[in-house]
Amino acid sequence: MLDSILFYFFAGVAVLSAALMVTRRNAIHSAVFLITALLATAGIFLQLRAEFLFIAQIILYVGGIMVLFIFVIMLVRLDVAIHQIRFRMQKFVALLVALALGLELTAILYFARKLPGQGLFIQGSAPADQLPPNSEELARSLFSSYLLPFEIASVLLLVAMVGAVVMAKNKKRTDEP
Amino acid sequence: MNPTTAAILHFLQTWWVELVCGVVIVAVVPLIAGYIVLMERKLMADMQARLGPMRVGPHGLLQPIADAVKLLIKEDIVPADADALIFWFAPVISMVAALTSMGALAFGPTFQVARDINIGILFVLGVSSLGFLGIILGGWASNSHYSIIGAIRSTAQLVSYETAGGLAVISALLLSGTLRIRAIVEAQQNYNPQQHSGVWFIFLAPVSFFIYLVASIAETNRAPFDLPEAESELVAGYMTEYSGFRWALYFLGEYANMIVVGAVATTLFLGGWLRPFPNVHWLNWLDFLPVLLMALVGVYCIYRAGKQPVPVQTWFMWAVALGCFAVAAIFAAPWIFAPLKFIVPGLNGAFWFLLKVTAYIYVFMWLRFTLPRYRFDQLMHLGWYILIPLAIVNVFAVGVAIVLESEFGWNRWLALIVTTAFTLAVAAILVNLHDKRTAGASTATTATTDSYAG
Repeated sequence: MLDSILFYFFAGVAVLSAALMVTRRNAIHSAVFLITALLATAGIFLQLRAEFLFIAQIILYVGGIMVLFIFVIMLVRLDVAIHQIRFRMQKFVALLVALALGLELTAILYFARKLPGQGLFIQGSAPADQLPPNSEELARSLFSSYLLPFEIASVLLLVAMVGAVVMAKNKKRTDEP
Repeated sequence: MNPTTAAILHFLQTWWVELVCGVVIVAVVPLIAGYIVLMERKLMADMQARLGPMRVGPHGLLQPIADAVKLLIKEDIVPADADALIFWFAPVISMVAALTSMGALAFGPTFQVARDINIGILFVLGVSSLGFLGIILGGWASNSHYSIIGAIRSTAQLVSYETAGGLAVISALLLSGTLRIRAIVEAQQNYNPQQHSGVWFIFLAPVSFFIYLVASIAETNRAPFDLPEAESELVAGYMTEYSGFRWALYFLGEYANMIVVGAVATTLFLGGWLRPFPNVHWLNWLDFLPVLLMALVGVYCIYRAGKQPVPVQTWFMWAVALGCFAVAAIFAAPWIFAPLKFIVPGLNGAFWFLLKVTAYIYVFMWLRFTLPRYRFDQLMHLGWYILIPLAIVNVFAVGVAIVLESEFGWNRWLALIVTTAFTLAVAAILVNLHDKRTAGASTATTATTDSYAG
């Protein structure tokens, strides 16, 4: 019973704050509601006994990315930027993407039950004390079965970082008189 | 009994220890924070040859309570242009994050608030870093220049120093090989389960401890890195517009964060609840130190009681002395009454843990009253040009030392001395480079000013 109460609480908070995030005019308010949505999702991860995913979500998304988001929002004058045409043009594309995503999710939910066997949904849950430790298992699979994708991803990130530094440096050089 | 009551009873039966501990943390941490402030003021007074707060209670011992009452009954001002909702909410984020992250700490071998969660140290670090959201949002919501500059400085500082601090934590985690808090401390007692040969990780990774110390001072916004709230530049930084109870919440969050940072450093590097040199047998008398220390403090209180100017204060000193003797008696009880032996590890563990955390906070205070404040560009340079490269090299060096010991059969101390010497050499090179760079920069600026002047 406690599990379902917690699930509906987290899910409700996530959905509600996601809706609020889209509808708020103030960019900082949107960011705050995005943070609550991310935290609620982290709570659902924790309920699924995926504690490493839970803390990764908190450290990376809430503690890292959202802090930078808010940082940028505070520095950029969004009330000026929002009237620029670049943001208006995205309305149509955004609608299209949202429709596609909605259709996809509906299709998954509709067809999932018709798949052979148990379908997409795994029925029942394993008791917590019989699950292998989450972070160890993750590390094992990352560094054994998925070593190459992991390395490629880290090289990609490094390239992105170096690229960002190079771009920032170039900009500065041209700006200087 | 209906099923709802049964479910609630079952819930309480399963979780009552955690619930009680949570309530105790929420209730006691503000009090402890108040007394840390008193300690800080007394230490500052001592270092400046003053007496500090003396009026409220003997030697100002009741000052924190007076401060709390003052803060609670102060007028609560919300600026007209502030974003009321976020302004109201931001201090709460700061405090709740700090208090929540305490949930996973282990205060002793048998005493821990949450159960021994698998991601222990990550939970503490991750959740306590959420407190910065409170600082940033509070600075933004105040709608004031000083506040927003303080908030922006705080963000930049957090991003720079959390990287270095995280890398320093990684090297301690490499040594222990786990994220569980209890297992990290146990690894400092039994490095190898067969032989009791563990030592505190500060001896195995001194450079990491130093990096973590610097990074944690910066993360808690303490002097010499207190630029987000530098009073001579920014009034009070992100807290400028806050007053009364909300300000107290920020303050509480900050001091709770200091406790968390101290607890993390204690767990990772200072052996958690272990006494100094837990495997050296001729130091076993240290197990009696809690009793001796509390009794000595009590005796000292009685000695001071005779010198109080007012009779009320003499009685109060006697009361404090009695309190100390009571605590000493609790510590001593198991040695006299054998069936109580099972509480010895817990009591002694909590004593050592809190002693180490206090010592860590004490170092923070020393540094605050000793070092002048950094300039912001100096802070950034220290973070990005020295600490982060050094932390990366240090993780590498600790990893190499572990491989040398486990794969090539080196003596652990030899491996560590070699790699630490390597790290220190890199540090010297980095500092040297930095000096050259700043020297070059300063000559460059003089050159430009000269050309503008001409």
